[in-house]
Amino acid sequence: MGEWPLIAGQVFNGFSVASLYVLAALGLALSFGLMRVINMAHGEMLMLGGYLAYLTLQVVPGPLGILAAMPVAFLGAAAVGAVLETTLIKRLSARPLDTLLATWGVSLILQQAARNIFGAIGVDVRAPQWLNHAYTVQSGLLEGLTIPATRLFILAVAFAVMGALSLLLARTRIGLLVRAVNQDRGMAAAAGINVRAVDLSVFCLGTGIAGLAGVVLALLGPVTPNVGQSYVVPAFLVVVLGGLGSLKGTAIASLIVGLFSALVQILVDVSLAQVLLLLFVIGFIQFRPQGVVAVRSRVLDA
Amino acid sequence: MTAQATAPHIGTTAPASNLLLAVDGVTVDFDGFKALNGFSLTLDRGTLRVLIGPNGAGKSTLCDTIIGRVRATSGRVIFKGQDITHLPEHEIVRRGICRKFQTPGVLPGLSVVDNLMIAARRDRRWWSSFRHGVAAEEKARVADILETIGLADRAAAPAGQLAHGEKQWLEIGMVVATRADLLLLDEPTAGMGPAETSQTAALIRRLVGQHTVLVIDHDMSFLEQLDARVTVMHQGQFLKEGSVAAIRADADVAAVYLGRAKEDTHHD
Amino acid sequence: MDMSLRKNTPLSGPLAGIAFGRSLAVPLAVVALGVLAPWLVSAYELNLLARFLAMALLAMGLVLVWGQGGVLSLGQGVFFGLGGYAIAMHMKLAALADGDLPDFMVWSGLDALPWWWVPFKSPLVAILGVVLVPGAVAALFSWAVFRRRVGGVYFALITQALALAFATLLISQQPSTGGFNGLTDFQTLMGVELGTPAAAHGLYWLTLALVVGVFVALRALMASRYGLLLRAIRDGENRIRFLGYDPTPFKVVAFTIGAVLAGLAGALFTLHAGVVSPALVGVVPSIEMVIWVAVGGRNSLAGAIAGTLAVNLAKDGVSSAFPDLWLYALGLVFVLVVTLLPGGLAGLVADAGAAGLGKRLKTLIIGEAK
Repeated sequence: MGEWPLIAGQVFNGFSVASLYVLAALGLALSFGLMRVINMAHGEMLMLGGYLAYLTLQVVPGPLGILAAMPVAFLGAAAVGAVLETTLIKRLSARPLDTLLATWGVSLILQQAARNIFGAIGVDVRAPQWLNHAYTVQSGLLEGLTIPATRLFILAVAFAVMGALSLLLARTRIGLLVRAVNQDRGMAAAAGINVRAVDLSVFCLGTGIAGLAGVVLALLGPVTPNVGQSYVVPAFLVVVLGGLGSLKGTAIASLIVGLFSALVQILVDVSLAQVLLLLFVIGFIQFRPQGVVAVRSRVLDA
Repeated sequence: MTAQATAPHIGTTAPASNLLLAVDGVTVDFDGFKALNGFSLTLDRGTLRVLIGPNGAGKSTLCDTIIGRVRATSGRVIFKGQDITHLPEHEIVRRGICRKFQTPGVLPGLSVVDNLMIAARRDRRWWSSFRHGVAAEEKARVADILETIGLADRAAAPAGQLAHGEKQWLEIGMVVATRADLLLLDEPTAGMGPAETSQTAALIRRLVGQHTVLVIDHDMSFLEQLDARVTVMHQGQFLKEGSVAAIRADADVAAVYLGRAKEDTHHD
Repeated sequence: MDMSLRKNTPLSGPLAGIAFGRSLAVPLAVVALGVLAPWLVSAYELNLLARFLAMALLAMGLVLVWGQGGVLSLGQGVFFGLGGYAIAMHMKLAALADGDLPDFMVWSGLDALPWWWVPFKSPLVAILGVVLVPGAVAALFSWAVFRRRVGGVYFALITQALALAFATLLISQQPSTGGFNGLTDFQTLMGVELGTPAAAHGLYWLTLALVVGVFVALRALMASRYGLLLRAIRDGENRIRFLGYDPTPFKVVAFTIGAVLAGLAGALFTLHAGVVSPALVGVVPSIEMVIWVAVGGRNSLAGAIAGTLAVNLAKDGVSSAFPDLWLYALGLVFVLVVTLLPGGLAGLVADAGAAGLGKRLKTLIIGEAK
């Protein structure tokens, strides 16, 4: 196996990691754009999705179990998101830094609960037969390149979610309301839009997508109580790079983070790749502190 | 390092010309929307100018551009003969421009007097904040301004507890305390009653001479009390300039205020 | 702070002297009790107290950074670790004969000391490194971020990524960092045998003295014009910018002081605990450091010390007996303190004071709160 299959493999890897980051970061970015708060328990929504996939497969074994798990995980995580938003985040909306700390507490509690219910070791979700194989390039420049079907599935899910979400935002009445609140909260409220309801729906949508991401994650490795933590920190960096609440910015930033991590790993190990990613982010904000997609604001924000 | 921390006080340097500020063909493009479109304006030292225009005419954007909050897409801002278009905001302020914002920009957690002391401080470099003591001149200036804005008895109160009109006055006081040569006052009478408005007009008239003042406002009675030259903006461009009376009588100005501007395009 | 024209502040005039004398009585009593602690508590308890006091140095730094500066750092563990590793590396080297390698390096197959270990042979470099390395890293890092006006939530998230990267790096570079186990088995520091009661008492008093010194110094700093401007920037960064100040260096200075104190705390903690490891510096410990201060009161130095002692005593008591329960409790503390008690214990005391329980107690305990 030469250089090219290795590089192509890492590029492909980058894309599939990026699609996980997109799914993990979308909810964070949407709510951050609307309410300027970050939910530190977002990683636990991925974890929840993973465990819900595991439970669904206990009830619905067979090749289509994983498809049944997706709506279950989406709705389950969205429901937990609704509880979180109404009991905690709503109260703290004017204090973004305090929201970080309070939701971190929730994250600790959810992780410990998972540990008590499912054990610290983690549970396995086996990919169904139709996903449990790999495509290998047999000849040519990329000979030896292997692409697992699960990775293709992840890409497909990410594209489907992105597509559905952009349609929702661009074409539906709900999307119009979201865009209105995103642009000018005060004005939207004055125009009679129920800003609180918009906040809540977007937050639930975001945690639901994270639940979906959890199902996909479960195909890649065991679901453990801290499985969310390993994905949520890069997802935070995606939010930093992406710019305020922009779908496009989040997608591009996920791609940047995913590809950067994957390509750097050709040269250095995973831990150094993390350090380099952080340096890259700090370097990036030297040139574009407002993120990939900038929103111009005329408000004198403190 | 750039220049001195504080601008020389008027009178200490003999100006070669009387020109203080020149906005030279400035365009500000917000993703395709031209908030300012090749706008120019000059201000002489010690004068008072009022800027009016319908909503969205670009008045606040002009102030933002002068103070560096918004950057010109093209064109230049010249202050005291030097190009300040690309300087950092705090550097522009140190050269002698200070702005009062539309929504009162006082520091709510700090006392009234601390708000003023921060503004009055001559040396605003960070390392000098470790130095003890306050110059007698700064203390005197703050005491003076406290009297002028009528907040002497509220000096120790947190600024956040002031009434809306008092906050406006405090912010004007802060802007004055900086000794800036050019004061940009964005809607200084917003939320004030008639009595407070005319007090504000009197205060601003007293500032003229020692400072150059650019006022943005809508209130016609306030403009009449100020009795200054008026520049009218429309859609990011210059429309008219003249006395209050002349502007009142102007047909073009009346047209833009009544919203019939779409048909009448103006080319001066 | 004499930059005001205030005439009517309660503590001025002839009354000031009396109030000052009284307000010093309780802190002096607390310090005296602290000095006598080696004869009042067991060796084990003294060691715990010494560790917690070391951590309190870091907590006081967070009061400046987070409470006064409004900058939430979720990466203080990094600076704590840098200080801890700096002193630990020296102690590992000091115990060796010339040309020998620490045992974990030998086991990992290294045959030469990594270049960045070499300077730490010198005790002076190590002690300077305890404050200079975290200080320099913090200054560079925060300057790069703040100068582009990236702050608030963004800054918090980036510091968390920093904590994650640092801990992962320490673990993965096992041959030169000791990996997951960290560095331990220290014998002597500058010729002094560690582990004797005399050394333990000396280190404890050193820590106590530093806590008192830092308390006094930070109190003065918060009362200075710098402190006033830092709070002003927290409340309205743009307003300050448009008054001609550059907010960046003010925030960088606060963050750097916070990091230096964290480094100092890490070094002292390492001496008291006899170990430094990645488990003390990662994402989870870093955010726990914030909760010490949240519990005590983010704007109160005394509160930060009290909060650090309270949370860590509770952790020591609960987590060994009921490890599961501890994580639930800690999670709940995060939620409840932030939602119901944003002023922390100090805020509670202040409220009690305002309710008439005694204004004096208020100025005493949260006198520095603004």
